Amino acid sequence: MSLMSEVGQKAFNLGVPLAVHMDVTYRCNERCVHCYLDHDDHGEMTTAEIKGALDQLAEAGVFFLTLSGGEPFMRRDFFEIVEHARRQLFNVKVKTNAVMIGAAEAQKLRALSIDSIQISVYSHRPAVHDAITKLPHSFERTIKAVQFLRDQGLRVSIANVLMTPNLADHYGVQKLAAELGVNYTLDPTITPMMDGDTSILALRVPGEELEEVFRNPALVPNQEEFCAPPKPPSDEDLEGYSCSAGHSFCYISPYGDVFPCVQFPLPTGNVRRQKFLDIWNLSPQLKEVRSIQAKDLTVCSSCSHVSSCSRCPGLAYMEGSMRGPSTADCEKSFYRTGVPTANMLRQGLSKPRTTAPLVQIQPVAVSA
Amino acid sequence: MSETYIVRSSAIAARLLAGEMMVMNSADSTFFTLNEVATAIWQAADGRTPLREIVREQVCEQFDIDPEQAQADAEQFVADLSKHGILLVSDNPMSAESAR
Repeated sequence: MSLMSEVGQKAFNLGVPLAVHMDVTYRCNERCVHCYLDHDDHGEMTTAEIKGALDQLAEAGVFFLTLSGGEPFMRRDFFEIVEHARRQLFNVKVKTNAVMIGAAEAQKLRALSIDSIQISVYSHRPAVHDAITKLPHSFERTIKAVQFLRDQGLRVSIANVLMTPNLADHYGVQKLAAELGVNYTLDPTITPMMDGDTSILALRVPGEELEEVFRNPALVPNQEEFCAPPKPPSDEDLEGYSCSAGHSFCYISPYGDVFPCVQFPLPTGNVRRQKFLDIWNLSPQLKEVRSIQAKDLTVCSSCSHVSSCSRCPGLAYMEGSMRGPSTADCEKSFYRTGVPTANMLRQGLSKPRTTAPLVQIQPVAVSA
Repeated sequence: MSETYIVRSSAIAARLLAGEMMVMNSADSTFFTLNEVATAIWQAADGRTPLREIVREQVCEQFDIDPEQAQADAEQFVADLSKHGILLVSDNPMSAESAR
């Protein structure tokens, strides 16, 4: 076990919030076709409120801080926020579309010693990228920013969200990342919009195509292990928990709402009204999330994939129950291994459903 | 006898987890956890207090360690962390602001 994994396990066991993802705004200069956010400002936290929240997170033991949005650079005070976070000695990662980052901004980020920066790139073809972001010349601006940041010696990674409009382009984006000398990550997850509109789920990569992605050695290097049939679960597996959501990780929205994860819209409290540590330690919702072991899962506890599935409790929650299956992950497990899941078998399906009726819960907006 | 002064680099991220300090250097992602004694030295590394004084007050008095051994261990610890750019070392006092 690496030192980092040991520390992660220690924080998990102690219930310390080691990592937090904070969206500082939902406003954005792009209008990506797959985005689930409502980009209007319904009363974002002020600079002082965000700084106060960061002070509380530092006191609570948070080490890894991801700042994102929306587009975080839409906030005029974003550098002030990063500066404050660094003064509090967080390991800061920024997620952005980077179109507002020029040479000067890249230099400033370097001077602030952020850990890394993740940038969304949808295609190596400018027309395809710009059609997804709906911002003309966004590809050109984003790639220039990648170069500025790389030239500053910052660790840059390109995040490639895969969906139907750019399905064929992951090779091209991966090659582009290699040419630019930056990392590449692929994500096929599309979630419903915050207003409950599920139409964007039609953009999800069809299951059959996922199989091709998972069995591609250029994208998944450890093929044999990754695509191996699941091993029978041990007692230890059944005592295990889904992921770090609510255990050593949480998400804070621009309105101060605290959730177990970015993809787990269960409101647990608000840092404008409560102390962060009170929410973390006392929220009944977080306690419930933390209590769920694999053996408690209604369908998945009897599934052969239970020990290796990427089952997301947040997506399961959006599907109706945080103890239930997440169809998107059933689909991934099936196409990864070829072995049907318990969720498929109980429905008499030989192939997984391609979409499930997910409901994205609107976060509780609080006026500033 | 010349003094040694140590100051934490401003390029690092750090947080206490159950009595042990996690330290990460953003420049190369080197990651350390410091034990209680090392954490005490780390926390006292303000650039103004001589290392000998830190060892005497933060280590010997609080952890019941032989002073000579403590000084040798502290010097080794400081050398290791300075190699990774996590602690800066000088014969003269330094300010935290200059710790790049």
